[in-house]
Amino acid sequence: MAMTIHVDIVSAEGAIHSGQATMVYATAELGEVGIAPRHTAFISRLKPGDVRVQNEQGEQEHFYVSGGMLEVQPHVVTVLADTAIRARDLDEAAALDAKRRAEEALAGHTAQFEYAKAQAELAEAIAQLRAIEKLRKMKG
Amino acid sequence: MAGAKEIRTKIASIKSTQKITGAMQMVAASKMRKAQDRMAASKPYSEKMLQVISHLARATPEYRHSFMAVERPHKRVGYIVVSSDRGLCGGLNSNLFRRLVIDIKEKRAAGTEPAFCTIGSKALGFFKRFGGDVKAQVTNLGDKPHIEDLIGPVKVMLDAFEAKELDAIYVASNEFVNTMTQRPMIRQLVPIIGEEQSAMPYHWDYIYEPDAHTVLDALLTRYIESLVYQAVVENGACEQASRMVAMKSASDNAGDLIGELQLVYNKARQAAITQEISEIVSGAAAV
Repeated sequence: MAMTIHVDIVSAEGAIHSGQATMVYATAELGEVGIAPRHTAFISRLKPGDVRVQNEQGEQEHFYVSGGMLEVQPHVVTVLADTAIRARDLDEAAALDAKRRAEEALAGHTAQFEYAKAQAELAEAIAQLRAIEKLRKMKG
Repeated sequence: MAGAKEIRTKIASIKSTQKITGAMQMVAASKMRKAQDRMAASKPYSEKMLQVISHLARATPEYRHSFMAVERPHKRVGYIVVSSDRGLCGGLNSNLFRRLVIDIKEKRAAGTEPAFCTIGSKALGFFKRFGGDVKAQVTNLGDKPHIEDLIGPVKVMLDAFEAKELDAIYVASNEFVNTMTQRPMIRQLVPIIGEEQSAMPYHWDYIYEPDAHTVLDALLTRYIESLVYQAVVENGACEQASRMVAMKSASDNAGDLIGELQLVYNKARQAAITQEISEIVSGAAAV
């Protein structure tokens, strides 16, 4: 029996994957890493990209993560996946948006229209992401 | 028969109200189950993070992130108030606000000024009436809240904390005890109340990429966001549970009311018949 390592991929909104693997590949902050069983303890931020999990039958499963953390211990790999695209300026924009909404709501103006527009844009972006994810899966 | 007719319309209208509350009860019951699942699904993420964070904190004792810093005297504190977007859910929101107002009064008496971040339209509405410094808000999260909707408001509060405008941040939300009981709670978010710094049983450390501080910073922000997300999801489950109970009692009350009105209606009808007969009889006697 091949040596295996346990892999958990979890996001804040739920568990995505859990199982045994012979090899795990991920896009870490400083480049792609491959994690074999009994890898030494390692922790890194993840860049947007996919996480590939190779199971005992040699099949690869792909998971798209838009960032997060990778934690490795000799027998467990944990991917703490972000569900949202994170970047300093994007977060900043979200923060400003939240502030602006508070000010507007208190001033009595409703930005319902803009909100609807933003929501539509968000939906579009999510759809694009899904498409990319599918493409990646097909390629891999 | 005018009285009888009025009563009949009243009964019909109460019956349709009962149907609506009955349907809402059933919808809330199924949504509650889903919300509870979401609650359970969000646990592994933050538990895992807490493990890593406490390990990092122990492995690099020389670096203290500002979120983990020692408590400073409270001049201004922030509250993240989690409420529902819709009403008809019993005393869920008002219980929370009452608890919050008590807390704020205590803090004000101690010379601490509060600032708020509201999640959900009920909290926003409350602070419009009550007054207060609302720094950020988000509404219309829907039944399936997403963490990206919370990043902005949480960041506003954390930035204020880092800029030392706030000395502590609390989360006010309902705790899901069981279907019948939801308890308003105010929990401290930052500074993170650290567990005992016990010595490690044996020494090992991660290889950090790029370095421990960056990793810890990224983890802490996400950890706090996930705690807020959990509060939102839990509050969602509370909302549905509370609505289910409220709608059940509304349906029961409607049933009682219909029963009583039915009796009144029967009496009125009987009185009308008796009156008619006596009129006929007395008319016949007069002839």
